[in-house]
Amino acid sequence: MSGFFSALFSALDPLCGPIGLFSLFGALVDNGSLIACGDAGWGDEIAFGVKITIGLAIVTLPVGLVIGFLIALAAQSEEKLLRLAAGIYTTIFRGLPELLTLFIIYYGLQILIQAVFAWFGYEERIEINAFFAGVVALSVVFSSYASEVLLSAFRAIPHGQYEAGDALGLHRGRTMRLVILPQLVRIALPGLTNLWLILLKDTSYASAIGLAEILRQTGIAARVSKEAFFFYFIACMLYLTLATISSVGLGFLESWAKRSEVRR
Amino acid sequence: MTAVSQLIPPRPAPASAKRRITGAKVAAIAVLALWALLAVALVLTVVNGWEEAKFLRYGPRYLHGLWTTISLVVLAVVLGALLSLPVAFARMSNNRVLNTVAYAYVYIFRSTPLLAQLFLIYYGLGSFRPQLETVGLWWFFREAWYCGLLSFVLNTAAYQAEILRGAIQSVPRGQHEGAAALGIPKYIAFRKIILPQALIVALRPYGNEIILMIKGSAVVSIVTVYDLMGETRYAFSRTFDYQTYLWAAIFYLAIVEALRHVLAFLEARLTRHLKR
Repeated sequence: MSGFFSALFSALDPLCGPIGLFSLFGALVDNGSLIACGDAGWGDEIAFGVKITIGLAIVTLPVGLVIGFLIALAAQSEEKLLRLAAGIYTTIFRGLPELLTLFIIYYGLQILIQAVFAWFGYEERIEINAFFAGVVALSVVFSSYASEVLLSAFRAIPHGQYEAGDALGLHRGRTMRLVILPQLVRIALPGLTNLWLILLKDTSYASAIGLAEILRQTGIAARVSKEAFFFYFIACMLYLTLATISSVGLGFLESWAKRSEVRR
Repeated sequence: MTAVSQLIPPRPAPASAKRRITGAKVAAIAVLALWALLAVALVLTVVNGWEEAKFLRYGPRYLHGLWTTISLVVLAVVLGALLSLPVAFARMSNNRVLNTVAYAYVYIFRSTPLLAQLFLIYYGLGSFRPQLETVGLWWFFREAWYCGLLSFVLNTAAYQAEILRGAIQSVPRGQHEGAAALGIPKYIAFRKIILPQALIVALRPYGNEIILMIKGSAVVSIVTVYDLMGETRYAFSRTFDYQTYLWAAIFYLAIVEALRHVLAFLEARLTRHLKR
């Protein structure tokens, strides 16, 4: 059964499958052997990069959303100190360039882990996974922006909704889950859509710490084949395609979330 | 009928509510303690790793990098604003072709990463050296700084065009009609009636765009321009000293925070006639 599914997936692979873009392009066009899949061209390497880019963005999204949600809760709490703590977090990570955040976290985590290991008497050079560092850095950046979006969505929900939850005898957690969250999602979705598109673009920074995503793979291909314009153009087109697909998909999601509203 | 014959004697104030220790408070103190710990670690890293020689060697380079970053961003934002004007008007025009071209430009530059655009211009166009030499543009595409500037201008122009278009279209139609009813020529109506109202709306997005540009300008360090980030990477590659990145973080945070406050002040000042 699993063999059948893997065969199905490889047949429907949009880049390197039998009807994939790179395969068709490589077969039909004269210059196309550059991005043919297999040993002759760079198609499979670039397809791998696309997978890494999508994977990085998809792994980052839930982590960033959860952290962002917690920070938005903290930022609207009645506790002054908690608001201060949340404010410091968003100020720092919205003010730093994403590239710098990535380097600070990549090298900082290495130093931190080395220090902890040295504490236990284990002295060795440790290099952390670029994917992991990318997920941590991007979710930190994503969460600080998401917290602002979610905070303004929280403020758009009238206080009466909480009071109605109390009046129905719902526990605070249940009020949040059953009453507030569904409205919150609807209000915050356009902002979060924007953040997702920004996140997709920000994954390109991970190429600077050596993660084999789209830009790094096309960069290697460009350097080896000396066809820089061609390959970087392909990279841009891939990002463009990803953005288009996700904005269409998220548009459907938005109209689905709004299905209960009055149609105008 | 009753009358009050005696006053209620004074009583002590009610006991103040006990200050409870809530989960939120504990969490707040824990997180603040973490921030304080990180701040102490930052200061300790800088103090312990302080070396006069390093400071004298890399300090001026940082300032030079700061200057490169600021000049690059200022030039890019100003040139981008100029380029965004025709794009925004093309986007609003009724001409199908102009509209489509402008939309495609904005869409492409807004949905691809700045880093990829920079690589496409610097490495991609740079690979057409013979052709560029015959046209006489090689001096431009040879320099990473010019390529960085070009990609920033193209990128920010796309964003600024959308900001400008949104702002102009947010001015109510009645304003156009009112100007027409007064017999004011279209150009003057635009300059004296529409634009001032539009720019107030656009102020905040413009400020965000400048801040995004400052943060985005760090990518030029990857194509060997020694801006603030480039000098940081240079210093790190020579010393392997983590505090080089911390210094860069301090510089960037200072610029962005200062700019944010200046913009907030400007907005409060420019919209004071709208406050009730």
